[in-house]
Amino acid sequence: MTIALKGEEVARKIAESFAEAVAAVDRSTIVVNAGSLYQVAEFLKNTPGLDFDYLNNLTAVDYLDYLEVVYHLSSLKHNHSLTLKARCYEREKPTVPSVVSLWRAADYQEREVYDLMGIIFSGHPNLKRLFLWEGFPGHPLRRDYL
Amino acid sequence: MALKTEPIVLNIGPQHPSTHGVFRMKVTLDGEVVVDVEPVIGYLHRGIEKLAEGRTYTQNIPLTDRLDYLASMTNNLAYVLAVEKLAGIKVPERAEYLRVIMAEMMRISSHLMAVGFFLNDLGAMMTPVLYMWREREKIIDLFEMVCGQRLTYNYMRTGGVSQDIPEEFLPALKRFVAEMPGYIDEYDQLLAENEILLARTKGVGVLSRELAINIAASGPVLRASGVEFDIRRADPYSIYDRFDFDVPAGEAGDCYDRYRVRIQEMKQSVRILGQAIARLPGGEVCAEVPQLLRPPAGEVYGRIEAPKGELGFYLVSDNSIAPYRFHIRPPELINLTALKDMVVGWKVADLIIIFGSLDVCLGEIDR
Repeated sequence: MTIALKGEEVARKIAESFAEAVAAVDRSTIVVNAGSLYQVAEFLKNTPGLDFDYLNNLTAVDYLDYLEVVYHLSSLKHNHSLTLKARCYEREKPTVPSVVSLWRAADYQEREVYDLMGIIFSGHPNLKRLFLWEGFPGHPLRRDYL
Repeated sequence: MALKTEPIVLNIGPQHPSTHGVFRMKVTLDGEVVVDVEPVIGYLHRGIEKLAEGRTYTQNIPLTDRLDYLASMTNNLAYVLAVEKLAGIKVPERAEYLRVIMAEMMRISSHLMAVGFFLNDLGAMMTPVLYMWREREKIIDLFEMVCGQRLTYNYMRTGGVSQDIPEEFLPALKRFVAEMPGYIDEYDQLLAENEILLARTKGVGVLSRELAINIAASGPVLRASGVEFDIRRADPYSIYDRFDFDVPAGEAGDCYDRYRVRIQEMKQSVRILGQAIARLPGGEVCAEVPQLLRPPAGEVYGRIEAPKGELGFYLVSDNSIAPYRFHIRPPELINLTALKDMVVGWKVADLIIIFGSLDVCLGEIDR
């Protein structure tokens, strides 16, 4: 079985290196501040014992108060998993750092989130709409898009 | 004096038989050699994720049929497993076995299509496909017996399956399980040592182990690159921990390994089918689940080993009758991430088979 790591334990390890990074913890989920997302992701990928080498899934949810980017990470080496989240409280130009340079799996998935949810991934090498055409009005997966 | 040359841009697709659907590749060519490729997708985008937010949990099951329409059963399964995890529903034993039987039949059917069309792309025009189709037809007939459909089955339900199998199903399935290994060996003998096949696929379109993990490739594509990772084994769902089967893996990560892994997986699926038939218990096939399911507020990421890779559903519930968020993790789209790395430097004819060896279905990529 893939073991879902306890959020608290991982958060403690993260806090040793990045004091202000973690915003909230829930079971196997860690919410980090969007600003330190890249550093935390890099830490999770490269720290021995954690070795999150596999980005299963990347998506976003619109909670109206904020937009939440969700990363489902796992490690093929240790067969454990963790959910990482980052929140954007701005709706006009919500920005999150891109993790393509860590996991290329994020390439199309970040483009998809940008296309349908309108979240900008700064540092993405080719941030274009994936399904819809350039010039399409709005981002359909937002809850206020009707 | 050297002849002045310049690269040309060629659009392959969206209407082209080798793209297996409405997929467009913007290819830059230097003579016949591929210099760059940019996939253009979205021609089949139906907004399934948005549609699902306005329908109840049960009404969303037929939507999942229309993702990878060559493997509808496993799409159903992935979705209902995620909903059950979210709502904490327990499934009757008989339904669990029926689900495994359907999922493994679907895997064989999907791999038959993958192998058949891969050989088609290689230039073995139509003959292998028709052999594969002969066997797939038997599977489709079996599915028709249980649910009346031949492509979009809509058979799984939250809590079990929609109906019990008819009387004639098990004898027909037993016949199929007895015959299938012979047919798989037949294909293998015809093809595995064919000189043209070897020359066209060995060492072509290599996806290294490191890159396969980095792009989160899954399914046969990941295993062909030498990673023995199968969710049925690593993170067993349903009742897969009760079956005895091997996880075939390749070494080189080339087109030939991807082809071999699929052939061997079909044999393993037949093994699982045999065990499931022998142990199939009686009883109910569906738990009592309210018509309008209201899972407690929360979220879930459920994943299964679909024929093409890790098919995941990320569902967020706000305790209403429809999901607040419905996201599909598409294995085929993510497997495509490394297409450029695999094809640059190869010729146009190789581009077609490398793309074919990834086994994509646009219904799921575009959603």
